[in-house]
Amino acid sequence: MNYPYFFLEPTGISAGLDPEKFKNDFPILRKPVRGKKLVYLDNAATSQKPHTVIEAIRQYYLDSNANVHRGVHWLSEKATEAYEMARIKMQEFINADHADEIVFVRGSTEAINLVAQTYGRKEIGQGDEILITEMEHHSNIVPWQLLVEETGADLQVIHIDDNGELIREELREKLTEKTKLVAITHISNALGTVNPIREIIRSAHEVGARVLVDGAQAAPHLKIDVHDLDCDFYTLSGHKMYAPTGIGILYGKRELLQNMPPYQGGGEMITSVSLTGSSYAKPPYRFEAGTPNIEGAIGLGAAADYLNSIDFDTLSAHENEVLDYATDRLSAMDGLKIIGTSGHKAGIISFVIDSIHPHDVGTILDQAGIAVRTGHHCAMPIMERFQLPATTRVSLALYNTKDDIDSLVEGLKQVKEVFK
Amino acid sequence: MNDSLRELYEEVILDHNRNPRNYNHTPENANHTAHGDNPLCGDRYSVKLTVKDGRIDDAGFEGSGCAISKASASLMLESVKGKSLEEVEHLFNSVHRHLTDHKANEESDDELGKLKVLGGVKEFPMRVKCAILPWHILNAAINETDQMVSTEQQ
Ligand SMILES: Cc1ncc(COP(=O)(O)O)c(C=O)c1O
Repeated sequence: MNYPYFFLEPTGISAGLDPEKFKNDFPILRKPVRGKKLVYLDNAATSQKPHTVIEAIRQYYLDSNANVHRGVHWLSEKATEAYEMARIKMQEFINADHADEIVFVRGSTEAINLVAQTYGRKEIGQGDEILITEMEHHSNIVPWQLLVEETGADLQVIHIDDNGELIREELREKLTEKTKLVAITHISNALGTVNPIREIIRSAHEVGARVLVDGAQAAPHLKIDVHDLDCDFYTLSGHKMYAPTGIGILYGKRELLQNMPPYQGGGEMITSVSLTGSSYAKPPYRFEAGTPNIEGAIGLGAAADYLNSIDFDTLSAHENEVLDYATDRLSAMDGLKIIGTSGHKAGIISFVIDSIHPHDVGTILDQAGIAVRTGHHCAMPIMERFQLPATTRVSLALYNTKDDIDSLVEGLKQVKEVFK
Repeated sequence: MNDSLRELYEEVILDHNRNPRNYNHTPENANHTAHGDNPLCGDRYSVKLTVKDGRIDDAGFEGSGCAISKASASLMLESVKGKSLEEVEHLFNSVHRHLTDHKANEESDDELGKLKVLGGVKEFPMRVKCAILPWHILNAAINETDQMVSTEQQ
């Protein structure tokens, strides 16, 4: 493909895998924090950005900034071309059949709300059921609660076992003819569990239910292939996959998007407006009211290029090696308990240590330049399930190394020393 | 460990975290109660007081949270027991100033005594809320505002 010039050829990734080389792609990782080398282990909250992404955005503002789909002038044409190119990149990134199946949104949260408020309001009513799981992020719970409150539909929940895996029997029991939609996360942000979504999608389709997959945590770790998965909706957040904040995508099957009413009203989403009524544009524009986040879309396209420049098998092998190393080293620590012990995990380790509150753990690690997340991770039902007020969460990205894990373990030893 | 960490986790703080005073203690004839939480980190406490003739006769707290919030609650109840409500209000204001005002002068802090150790949070803006939460709950209990106190209101 011929990319517009401000999509720089991704650089910095060599064929062989030198994890330190990845670090060099991310300028912020070279900045000391509190006088220490930064060890960034909060990637599930948001990842850092490679210089190719930063540069793509800079170049866009230096060379091509204008509103999209509006002007006839040269710059507007450039901006539109770049914006639509980013859509094609995302289509390729998740292997969607058509570019018009990619709707630009703010992130997973907005994508899920969009589906709930358009598809949900139209297709789901009294007596129907929506099936979610106990391990969902609040953004895949609350929009459905709002919907059932409004429509009189029922919200059903698949619970998880002590390892943090979905209870299969419950899936079989609760997936019935009444189920209209299954909304499920691909990877749990609080436990790291990778769900068997392919199998779940197949079972759901057998009873005629549609499936929305929340891919916020999956996008940076797994090759996503919506064609192969045959999911009906897939959502992702750019900022967790090395792109800027405020941009993400909703994938929806063409025939579904075409039959969905608009989400918000405004410019861009109409074909004509009179004071007595309006007609709506085709997808994806029907769902992109107003001036979009153009720089965000361009940054997202550049992030997809960056990830594509590393093959996902190589990436997974490297990330899993670090994850296994971290799991081993942490498990070996006295008084440390990992929450989420599924055999299928990616990128995330939640844990508690002695009876030390995660907040104190986080503060002490921070003083050593180590960034982790502490709290309930917007997944309070999981905390309730494991009877914990909070956990400490370590989440990995491709630039994390075994050295980072060694620093973490040293930091945790200091935590134990303070609270001994 | 660096100096600011050492100041945050002073021995007194660690001691009150390990062995909180008046913890899970229900004062006899308790007549003032309030609850509060910090939804961002899951700290959650309630405070019970027995107030007689404008004075705190007895006090207890329960709940869970980080070392800073627990130690703060423990130190707080220890120091307000036996004080008049007026004195407590004055103390609340001094503590508030001590935790949040970098320029608070040392002399006016003298009345704080042991409570001074809470000032270690000044270097940790994210942790000031932890230290201050129990004090807001105490305030709510005294004023009998039935509302749940939260660090994230407004
Ligand atoms: C599993 C999961 N779903 C959804 C979200 C929401 O993503 P965003 O805040 O980018 O909309 C997150 C983010 O933390 C997440 O981890």
